[in-house]
Amino acid sequence: MRSAKGQKVLGRSLVNATLLLLVLIWTVPTLGIFVSSFRNRDDIATSGWWQIIPYRDWRPVSAVDIKELGVDPDHIMQIEGVTGTFDQFRAGIETPDGKRVTWIGNKRLGKVEIQEKVWTASWNFTLDNYQQVLGGQDFTFRHADGTVEVHPGDNMIGAFLNSLTVAVPSTVIPILIAAFAAYAFAWMKFPGRRELFIMVVALQVVPLQIALVPILRDYKALNLNGTFLGIWLAHTGFGLALATYLLYNYISTLPREILESAFIDGASHFRAFTQLVLPLSLPALASFAIFQFLWVWNDYLVALIFLGGNPEFELVTQRMAAIVGARGQDWHLLTAGAFVSMLLPLTVFFSLQRYFLRGLLAGSVKG
Amino acid sequence: MDTSRSTSVQGASMWTRALSFVGRLLVAVGIPLIAFYVLYVGFIFLRDSDASRYVVALVAIIWGVGGVAVLYWVFNGIVERLPDALRTRLLPFVFVGPGMAILSWYLTIPTLRTFWLSLFGRDGPAAGLGLFQLFASQSFVGLNNYVAVFTEELMQQSFRNNLMWIVFGSTSSVVFGLLIALLADRSSFERVAKSFIFLPMAISFVGAGIIWNFIYEYRPAGQAQIGLLNNIVVGLGGLPQAWPQWVAIAPWNNLFLIVIVVWLQAGFSMVLFSAALKGIPEELLEASRIDGANEFQIFFLIMIPYIRGTIVAVWTTIVIFTLKIFDVVWVMTGGQFGTHVIATQFYRQSFTNRNSGFGSAIAIVLLLAVVPVMIYNLRQFREREAF
Repeated sequence: MRSAKGQKVLGRSLVNATLLLLVLIWTVPTLGIFVSSFRNRDDIATSGWWQIIPYRDWRPVSAVDIKELGVDPDHIMQIEGVTGTFDQFRAGIETPDGKRVTWIGNKRLGKVEIQEKVWTASWNFTLDNYQQVLGGQDFTFRHADGTVEVHPGDNMIGAFLNSLTVAVPSTVIPILIAAFAAYAFAWMKFPGRRELFIMVVALQVVPLQIALVPILRDYKALNLNGTFLGIWLAHTGFGLALATYLLYNYISTLPREILESAFIDGASHFRAFTQLVLPLSLPALASFAIFQFLWVWNDYLVALIFLGGNPEFELVTQRMAAIVGARGQDWHLLTAGAFVSMLLPLTVFFSLQRYFLRGLLAGSVKG
Repeated sequence: MDTSRSTSVQGASMWTRALSFVGRLLVAVGIPLIAFYVLYVGFIFLRDSDASRYVVALVAIIWGVGGVAVLYWVFNGIVERLPDALRTRLLPFVFVGPGMAILSWYLTIPTLRTFWLSLFGRDGPAAGLGLFQLFASQSFVGLNNYVAVFTEELMQQSFRNNLMWIVFGSTSSVVFGLLIALLADRSSFERVAKSFIFLPMAISFVGAGIIWNFIYEYRPAGQAQIGLLNNIVVGLGGLPQAWPQWVAIAPWNNLFLIVIVVWLQAGFSMVLFSAALKGIPEELLEASRIDGANEFQIFFLIMIPYIRGTIVAVWTTIVIFTLKIFDVVWVMTGGQFGTHVIATQFYRQSFTNRNSGFGSAIAIVLLLAVVPVMIYNLRQFREREAF
């Protein structure tokens, strides 16, 4: 009687194994750069990051200069008790006692190594990469008239601060504006209410590409190009439709009695909004905030266009893209930099995962 | 007597109505304008100060966030001091005005302006001409930009690539998301597994580009491969390649970019599917098991139809998302090696070639592509009686 129970156990372990495999596949890419960011420059450039996992490899025990051996590499040779041609020795010939004889170098110059297979791992971990990425030095220019001008060098801390300066207001401003609008849609009567809300619904999926050229023209005319204010407003404009819609969905379901009793007590709309609706909507506000924050922090296109002209305001994503373009082979900088850029979003994400999930399920997906 | 009083009442009500209209207009337009002005002045002050970057960042954040809150407070204060009739009419616009003004400035009006620009040549409409002179001028090209959008070779390549993105990208994201949600539901480590799968959602495209560039890293044959993919390929006896740049297999090298987005988006679809699957009543599954359905039948005949709505929603979302895909391609290949997509072409034409007419036409095409979804959303909204 090979019971259904046995089948269930088998099925479950099959499920677990498949899922584990998928989780591994999904994790390995991130793990790779995480591990690499702590390896020193030469190790990254010459060996795979997976070599931090112990593996068996040939390591030299002793070496003899070929001149002392006095063998003729154009014929079959006998070295250390094994025989073979030059090419065979180049590839390495294993001796019966588990060692290997390998010819290093060319026929005239070089050495013969006796190698042994040992457990090894590449474990030279370092924090240098992070130091280099974060604390890049400043470039100092001295003008002819003796004045000194200092330009920030390749330092991610500056970019990090800029990203923060962009992301926090770009998250809070649209939420505030959207919450006011959502309250009005949910609790006030005014002409054009329906039409305006239809606009909100329709604009949710409009690709922001449609706005870039005209807005850039406006910004140039208003001198807003390359300023924080300009990019705050841009992110506000592009996130507002979704924010208003989501917050309306939440605010309109708040119990009527609470607000009505507040109005009977003589509260104004403004007081009802700030002291009742905002605190009660905290979960919805938080879940949209996480989305908007991640979106702004990870944004590349909007910043490229509205801040692109001003290198002083370079954001983390732009800094990283610039390093990819200019020093795409400097993996020690790229890996550490990528991790620095992920640090804040990952922290936000994991500490507020609950709200993030709630937001996803409420439809927080940006157009 | 009676009639004169009623006319005077009527006159007064007309007067209030006119006044409230002007006031409403002033509030709706004035609030955003003053808000922008005050923020702007503050920002100039910030920009010209020599304080350390930490101080500037802190002050900027407080200024930006606080400024908006203060503006609402000030305007609410003004309106609340007005007579009752006026106040009830104006107050909604204090609340809703700024948001709608910004939406109009940043999305509604630009849509029309971009369409207008798309009818003109690379430098836009010639300055200082009347409407009819403009249509007669050299700068007006009619629908020529649209003809170019659909006939230019690079554009056709972009459409083909975008189609690949949509077909393979969205389908794989949905399939993997569904598969993982299903497995996680029955596994012994659901929470941990889900966390790891949707972790990439917090990573930027630029960051993801670096992560995957590292996986695709190419070293000539014979050297130690430091990229995981090439290491595996060499280990299996193959030749190392710079995968996304491998023109010989075009257009299939696009798949190496699409994989990145599947990696990023599977978490999103997994979360939604997971919730949907948990919403299937247990009795329904139990009943079909008793009726002798096996797990595959349950999946395809019970679960899939039950969560069809979610599947459509997730799929549409990812389709829209892949339609606008830009960052990944721009960072990984810059559109070279046959990997251009519509959004990279838009960027190239608008900002590299500075051909605003062509760029705008591409943007309008992009907009047209999402119109069906927009209509669907609006229809859904109309069905909601409550509003």
